[in-house]
Amino acid sequence: MECALDAQSLISISLRKIHSSRTQRGGIKLHKNLLVSYVLRNARQLYLSERYAELYRRQQQQQQQQQQQQQQQQPPHHQHQHLAYAAPGMPASAADFGPLQLGGGGDSPAPASSPGFYRGAYPAPSDFGVHCSSQTTVLDLDTHVVTTVENGYLHQDCCASAHCPCCGQGAPGPGLASAAGCKRKYYPGQEEDEDDEEDAGDLGAEPPGGVPFAPCKRARFEDFCPDSSPDASNISNLISIFGSGFSGLVSRQPDSSEQPPPLNGQLCAKQALASLGAWTRAIVAF
Amino acid sequence: MMVKEEKGAGGGNDIQWCFSQVKGAIDDDVAEADIISTVEFNHSGELLATGDKGGRVVIFQQEQENKIQSHSRGEYNVYSTFQSHEPEFDYLKSLEIEEKINKIRWLPQKNAAQFLLSTNDKTIKLWKISERDKRPEGYNLKEEDGRYRDPTTVTTLRVPVFRPMDLMVEASPRRIFANAHTYHINSISINSDYETYLSADDLRINLWHLEITDRSFNIVDIKPANMEELTEVITAAEFHPNSCNTFVYSSSKGTIRLCDMRASALCDRHSKLFEEPEDPSNRSFFSEIISSISDVKFSHSGRYMMTRDYLSVKIWDLNMENRPVETYQVHEYLRSKLCSLYENDCIFDKFECCWNGSDSVVMTGSYNNFFRMFDRNTKRDITLEASRENNKPRTVLKPRKVCASGKRKKDEISVDSLDFNKKILHTAWHPKENIIAVATTNNLYIFQDKVN
Repeated sequence: MECALDAQSLISISLRKIHSSRTQRGGIKLHKNLLVSYVLRNARQLYLSERYAELYRRQQQQQQQQQQQQQQQQPPHHQHQHLAYAAPGMPASAADFGPLQLGGGGDSPAPASSPGFYRGAYPAPSDFGVHCSSQTTVLDLDTHVVTTVENGYLHQDCCASAHCPCCGQGAPGPGLASAAGCKRKYYPGQEEDEDDEEDAGDLGAEPPGGVPFAPCKRARFEDFCPDSSPDASNISNLISIFGSGFSGLVSRQPDSSEQPPPLNGQLCAKQALASLGAWTRAIVAF
Repeated sequence: MMVKEEKGAGGGNDIQWCFSQVKGAIDDDVAEADIISTVEFNHSGELLATGDKGGRVVIFQQEQENKIQSHSRGEYNVYSTFQSHEPEFDYLKSLEIEEKINKIRWLPQKNAAQFLLSTNDKTIKLWKISERDKRPEGYNLKEEDGRYRDPTTVTTLRVPVFRPMDLMVEASPRRIFANAHTYHINSISINSDYETYLSADDLRINLWHLEITDRSFNIVDIKPANMEELTEVITAAEFHPNSCNTFVYSSSKGTIRLCDMRASALCDRHSKLFEEPEDPSNRSFFSEIISSISDVKFSHSGRYMMTRDYLSVKIWDLNMENRPVETYQVHEYLRSKLCSLYENDCIFDKFECCWNGSDSVVMTGSYNNFFRMFDRNTKRDITLEASRENNKPRTVLKPRKVCASGKRKKDEISVDSLDFNKKILHTAWHPKENIIAVATTNNLYIFQDKVN
């Protein structure tokens, strides 16, 4: 089923609905707002995965350029990476999300247009290698307090494989070493390398070739997905507004035997959506 | 054309539906208060009640069949009109409470008077509707107009007698069940013991005794400790028609839970969970919305129950939890339009559904003032329209067809021409006869099967 609107429009429409429901006669309708929040979550996941597709594409281009320059020969790990990728704490609800059949707008990245968009046709998100620390502005609908948060993207997403430049691990990705100037992302708690090493075991099987996973700390609920492109900062801010609350949507913990999610955007969204508290409180006026 | 074997039976396609009556304003400008919000026949079918957004209840009574003129059944005429609920304001929460009547449920008749429960978002009321067709005359101290007589002018005494008068129907509130619901009430259902009833809001279900207004028992509570963890709400609830200990409630996630009140005081743990796994090929942005159940109704037999979600009607056998036994697509052509239906809020419309008296046919509404009937035996379905264009009595309704795509045949209507402002959310079927009441936005249509 195609959606005539892209994710961004759906998000803004949904936000408008929630806002207008506050002034409706009879009070806030819990049921309707809950349903709108589901659409928001779905649209947000698509939007974020599109962003990652964008980032991946750029990274790919970078890689290709560097590959040409450096002319290194590396065994291809890509295909295996994302299969070996495991996501502890991945909520079942997001994992269920695999086959979102959405048109996603006319300018969606090439991988998105195939039906298998969400099913492992997706390259390992670890190759993104974009690690900006960006600012996100958050508006709490309850208190109407605006705060600006310094944060990065979710380390776990991009560092799920050895090809993460920010980790500086022995990632054999061609040319990625040159990008290793980036530091590892910092969580508010400023994790150390050692902690991440311990977590490596959580991430499931190691990729073939024996390269350990770049250790990734489990993302905390307060973290947001980054908006690495200044162009879409408005949308990211909108998303951040709803970056807390309705964590029940993503609350179920998967079995360890569950399939690893094919799409990293879902994982990132899960993290970011996990604490949708602010606007939920806004909705529930009782 | 077709001869029915027995009254009340007959499939949706074996009988021919004819226009009988339409009630309500004619002009296209709809006053918001006149929007019909609930329709319900009483247990005998003699009375038909409607509630509207303005908090009023209108009751129609079927006139007694004229044995000589047997070409049609009795018409429904206004019997009583009263203001059931008024708008209120909750000062503590700064919330206005709408007077819209969400549901009406009749009690079975025990004496000369009729009783019904009506509810808005917060308060349930028990109304007594009684007739007065006699009045006392011949008081000694009062004139007929009520003025008091000067006692000194009284020279003889007489005994007052009852004399007939024009029929007057009075509605009086006998019980008010208030302050028990934090969230919006969506359902009320009277138990088969005729002493208790349940009321359900988004997160809780309460059990009441009809005689007691200052107390109710909470029997279901799905409110999470942390509201941020909310994932589903209660959308409808109903008592089993025969088992006074059994009730079901549906959720916004498309599940139905059957609970047994004998198991424990708080029925948070269901006895049965009815859920159909989602078809992954149909996944979309709006999957959660269209799977939300808007109505649940037991069959008269109590063996089955029917649920309505946005696109379909499902019949469940109470003995089988993992999937419905029958699924009927109401307007599958809307599946590709969900995006625009989300934009204009139509995707949130809550359609109801109903059974006929013999449980052989089910009916539900759609857009463009269309309504659909599904015959469970013949597996045939029919689409009809409630429109003033067919308003000659005994005019047989012509079946309608929506053209989903491709070439539109003559008399078909294309999906893009459908009027989504004309929706039929509320329908009711006479418990014994083939008489149906169909509510458009502000009009009530009554259709009957053709009687030869």
